[in-house]
Amino acid sequence: MAYALQQLINGVSLGMIYGLIAIGYTMVYGIIGMINFAHGDIFMIGAFLSLIGLLLITSGGLLDGPGAIVLVLALSMAFTALYGWTVERLAYRPLRGSFRLAPLISAIGMSIVLQNYVQVSQGARVKPIEPVVQGGFTIMQEGTFAVQLSTMQILIILTTLVILAIFTWLVTRTRLGRAMRACEQDRKMASLLGIDTDRTISITFVIGAALAAVAGTMYLLRYGVIDFYIGFLVGVKAFTAAVLGGIGSLPGAVLGGLLIGLIETFWSAYFSVQYKDVAAFSILILTLVFMPTGLLGRAEVEKV
Amino acid sequence: MSLARTRRPALGVALRDAGLAALIAAGLFLPMVGLRTDVGPTGALFLRTRWTDVLLLMLVVFAGRFLVRLWQEWKTERRAPGFSQRIAGPLSRSGRFVAPVFLLLAVLLPVLPGVGRYELDLGILVLTYVMLGWGLNIVVGLAGLLDLGYVAFYAVGAYSYALLAQYFGLSFWICLPLAGLLAAFWGILLGFPVLRLRGDYLAIVTLGFGEIIRLVLLNWVTLTGGPNGISGIARPTFFGLTFTVGGGPGSFAEFFGLEPSPTHRVVFLYYLILALALLTNWVTLRLRRQPLGRAWEAMREDEIACRSLGINITTTKLTAFALGAMFGGFAGAFFATRQAFISPESFTFIESAIILAIVVLGGLGSQLGVAVAALVLIGGFEVFRDLQEWRMLVFGGAMVLIMIWKPRGLVGSRTPTVALGEKRAISASMVAEGRG
Repeated sequence: MAYALQQLINGVSLGMIYGLIAIGYTMVYGIIGMINFAHGDIFMIGAFLSLIGLLLITSGGLLDGPGAIVLVLALSMAFTALYGWTVERLAYRPLRGSFRLAPLISAIGMSIVLQNYVQVSQGARVKPIEPVVQGGFTIMQEGTFAVQLSTMQILIILTTLVILAIFTWLVTRTRLGRAMRACEQDRKMASLLGIDTDRTISITFVIGAALAAVAGTMYLLRYGVIDFYIGFLVGVKAFTAAVLGGIGSLPGAVLGGLLIGLIETFWSAYFSVQYKDVAAFSILILTLVFMPTGLLGRAEVEKV
Repeated sequence: MSLARTRRPALGVALRDAGLAALIAAGLFLPMVGLRTDVGPTGALFLRTRWTDVLLLMLVVFAGRFLVRLWQEWKTERRAPGFSQRIAGPLSRSGRFVAPVFLLLAVLLPVLPGVGRYELDLGILVLTYVMLGWGLNIVVGLAGLLDLGYVAFYAVGAYSYALLAQYFGLSFWICLPLAGLLAAFWGILLGFPVLRLRGDYLAIVTLGFGEIIRLVLLNWVTLTGGPNGISGIARPTFFGLTFTVGGGPGSFAEFFGLEPSPTHRVVFLYYLILALALLTNWVTLRLRRQPLGRAWEAMREDEIACRSLGINITTTKLTAFALGAMFGGFAGAFFATRQAFISPESFTFIESAIILAIVVLGGLGSQLGVAVAALVLIGGFEVFRDLQEWRMLVFGGAMVLIMIWKPRGLVGSRTPTVALGEKRAISASMVAEGRG
């Protein structure tokens, strides 16, 4: 029981990270109908930028404690958003209205570029950091096994919830959010009604990248070690989360992320660690085969 | 007078644009390039600054953007037909001569002057990718099923041969068809559950499938050796004659009375992969003329119309998967016997992406285009060997650039397989691509 509770806590905090990345996938898929293959690498860029920010701030001795983390988060979000914008502008916008496979290949190319760009500029070695946020609570004691809820996990869950609240407000209550939803439903009609669709799409990428940066920062602080290759696997799992929740659905992305996080954690805890990725991929395949619309997605109606 | 008036604003626009681009570049490169995280003597990370590199990159971006903008302004001023439009006609007409010339070159490569061991090895590598490209072309280019996990079949073929040779001592020539069959079987196995899926979802499922195969190969240590892979895989023989370096009885050199040389095996492997690739090409071209091939292309264009006309979508899709997988399996068996060592590392997602890139960059469904794209990408990749870790960066950038320059691939026109009256090349933009 205590063991399961611990796994639940671990799974939720991991799932929050997946959920944040999954939002980026689901938004881009909703608005331009493409799998943004480079999004996992944007997450990796976010993690690296927060690593650089963290080193800059702590080595300068400017700030310490919570203020430093907020600053790192803000820096990473801003610069990663710039990367998101640039990727869209360089690799996807020229291909708008082109045939369907072109942006996908371009996205795969961009993913290779980002990965190797970071490898060249930051080196191929893994980057370990000292734990920044330490401490925690013991919330349950069962025999010798103590259930730990670390401060870091609380931080991840709280930050994610706050960011999600801001984001939900943005999409449902603001003019920008309305423009985004309009583009999602019918891009041509939206542009006829005076919405600058190119700008809206750019902003979608910017928001997606900023959320991925939050995930990257949390990943760095939680696991304390990153390298240039983390983007691929985490990206694929986040995409699985987006599909599981129903692609195009924002609450679905978070729900899917939580489920993938929980499944992965419980699978590692009770079955085998080696096959945890196989479990994630199998779920992806099973979901798509038996429930292609996901948990919260709408069924696609095809008119002939 | 009018010229001067139009040119000055163009220059101003280009300058402003380039300045903006340089600013953005500053934002991108300042933290990522300017501050490098290095592991210090105590094991802790520290930052090393490289401001000159950032400045250099900014200058490059400025100049690049400036020139691109100027060129764009100049192009719109001239309103000349695009370069690609102008050469499209002659290119498609010369197509029928290009293919035989390529074939002749490929056949004669080992005897051409100046071709050594390195060139032959490169030729083998390029031909392997040509074959993989042609195999995937059946699935993606003809049947329109987007497959991101093609490398799984390559892996199945390679491991089938390696394991059969290791555990049962079977020879390459027995294993080659078996590897193809096993790969085809896995193709059908993948095909069944994904019959109902379309487009991007199909792509993601195939990606997951490819990764599952790789992870199983990586973790099933007792069978596959896990990350250590399988080494000492048996080399192929020429009708029972071996290619041992020292010669000796039963060897190729001894039988034909030649001086034993390691080049013999390389030449043999070269012709082997050439034959396998040409087999793939021949089968594809023949099938395109038959009902099955036409059903593939019809399904690519419109699955619903296809179904309403009574074409069995299930078998059409499964045969495409199975045949594509079978050629991937052949190529895998060849890869295993050529390298004599395989490990899961050779079958990562990036391989699938490269093969798919070859097919798309070549022009979906175009056999010649796939061959040219494989030559350009893989050959170019080798030419830039000195760049080392920059190589993949250039590779990815080239993928993006080619896609922007020619989204329809290098050979962007199709000649219909059947036509009423005269056959005319049609632009690829008239052809759909794997929506189903």
